[in-house]
Amino acid sequence: MIAFLTKRLMHALLVMFVISVIAFAIQDHLGDPIQQMVGQSVPESERAALRHQLGLDAPFHVQYLRFAGNALQGDFGYSYFYREPALEVIARHLPATLELVFGATLLIVLLSVPIGVYSAIRPRSLLSRFFMGVSIVGISIPVFLTAIILIQIFSIGVTVTLFPESSAWGGWLNAALSTRGSMPSFGRGQDLVHVVGHWDTNLASLGGLKHLVLPSIALASIMLPLFIRLIRAEMMEVLQSEYVKFARAKGIAPRRIHFLHALKNTMLPVITVGGVQIGTMVAYTILTETVFQWPGLGLMFLDAIHRADIPLIVAYLMIVGVIFVITNTLVDLIYGLVNPTVKLTGKPA
Amino acid sequence: MTTSTPAASRWQRLRDSYLLYSFKRDWGAQLCLAILLALVTMALLAPWLAPTDPYDLAQIDILNSELPPFWIDGADTRYALGTDAQGRDLWSIILYGTRVSLLIGFGAVLLQALLGVVFGLLAGYLGGRIDAFLMRLADIQLSFSTLMVAIVVGAVVKATLGGGFYSNHAVLMLILIIGLAEWPQYARTVRASVLGEKRKEYVDAAKVMGLGSRRIMFRHVLPNTLTPIFVISTVQVANAIISEAALSFLGLGMPETHPSLGSLIKAGFDYLQSGSWWITLVPGAVLVVLVLSINLLGDWLRDVMNPRLYKG
Repeated sequence: MIAFLTKRLMHALLVMFVISVIAFAIQDHLGDPIQQMVGQSVPESERAALRHQLGLDAPFHVQYLRFAGNALQGDFGYSYFYREPALEVIARHLPATLELVFGATLLIVLLSVPIGVYSAIRPRSLLSRFFMGVSIVGISIPVFLTAIILIQIFSIGVTVTLFPESSAWGGWLNAALSTRGSMPSFGRGQDLVHVVGHWDTNLASLGGLKHLVLPSIALASIMLPLFIRLIRAEMMEVLQSEYVKFARAKGIAPRRIHFLHALKNTMLPVITVGGVQIGTMVAYTILTETVFQWPGLGLMFLDAIHRADIPLIVAYLMIVGVIFVITNTLVDLIYGLVNPTVKLTGKPA
Repeated sequence: MTTSTPAASRWQRLRDSYLLYSFKRDWGAQLCLAILLALVTMALLAPWLAPTDPYDLAQIDILNSELPPFWIDGADTRYALGTDAQGRDLWSIILYGTRVSLLIGFGAVLLQALLGVVFGLLAGYLGGRIDAFLMRLADIQLSFSTLMVAIVVGAVVKATLGGGFYSNHAVLMLILIIGLAEWPQYARTVRASVLGEKRKEYVDAAKVMGLGSRRIMFRHVLPNTLTPIFVISTVQVANAIISEAALSFLGLGMPETHPSLGSLIKAGFDYLQSGSWWITLVPGAVLVVLVLSINLLGDWLRDVMNPRLYKG
């Protein structure tokens, strides 16, 4: 166990080191701070003097060590646009993204497990086929398009005039297919409740929750099909195994076999894949937040790119890198703990 | 190894194959292939099929902007699917946009496959330090998700080279970015099959005959790993097209003057609130149909060819 732990931690540190070198290289190569500090008329000799005074002419590794030292103390420099410490800007935007991810995760967990298990137990039923069909359509619609469709249907509204209004059922069908569209689709709204520090929450008021609904559905829509298909595939495999057959032969109630015995082993691979998907989720928050103008990290990062706000870009990369590395390490450790068959010290297959 | 008339025997083999047999019996797969081929043909023939040239500023009139498609009141008969915010014919620009999306999708997958196959072969066949290094690299990249890597690389490249240069070479840039971001999928798949093939007797026989590693890798092992490569390629093309659309939607891809389906959706999104939903949703529908038909074909291929794909 100790050996496994050490190995994982070394791996995590190595990844963090690589990310920080890349982040520093970006900072080092984009733009010249001296040029931004002094005017056109300043001669080259004075520029060189200033460069030397600020330590910008030091070799790459010396400058990197300085950068890494500052970063470890939480100092990523000042954002060009916000004119405040980059970490401060990130802390301000973080709660919005976390709440969005929380909403989406809630939807994914609540929906994917029952649907996945059901379609594994009854693979040939009409409902299962429907879920599988919907899930492949879901995978094929990019997350920003799902978001746009949601806005059109639930925020702007759709007026259907396909059927003749005069006939008995035409008017009713038109009304049934039309949507009024009243859901908010822009930002976090006004009904935020202050919790602590930078954290204003959407979760504590009806108006706030309403703002969270569409972005959460959009973000969940891309991961939900993946999880349904994964849970279904794993569950079907588990249901073929000897111990399930034995439990059936013993006469244990099917409900107990499915949800107690089989589900436990189904969830093992789901944990690992779920951990890896956190990375994908961060990428999709950028897209979702752009469509809904949700003031979280993703939108902040995209704005920083368009404004060439280098310190903020670098800080975002480092923070996201830390989040990735921590979650991936935790997922590996949890997997090692709950699955005794994993070779803790051996080389990965 | 092959018979005296390889061309004829290959044709015969295809006709007798299980692949063709199951294709003939599956109307879903036939429909998907038909739709995909129709879209590809339309995209290839865009300059001849499109009524107007959307890249030619002289043919665009801003007064024609935001005209609805034919089934809505106020439509102009000249523009079947309506016009976008700049007054460009939506049908023409979708044809050209599909062309750009497909070009980038297939280009990026070619690059991925090239990198992934070479790295996967090296890692699987040679093993040792090369294997550890390449697979660690693949693990790290995959743990970040390919889309995230593509967004970050795209953002950094754009900031480094400047927006103008990036826009002028957007097709090449996107192929490079998506290709570099997604090679680990191929590398893992190829490596897994190579590890299986390496232990077989024909490889030992080739070694005994004194053939070099390079020759064994590319001429003997590689042909036997083609089935899984073929199967994941379909899904990878769909992924690459979606990645391209996502990058374009974020403003890191094709510029609006030379749009792909993604940048058309982005451009139209600004006009959604004013009621002109077709500018964004019609290209969106084309994108979904394109990706869906590729994904369904990929699912079908996976079921039929049933390769031992690398799991986990």
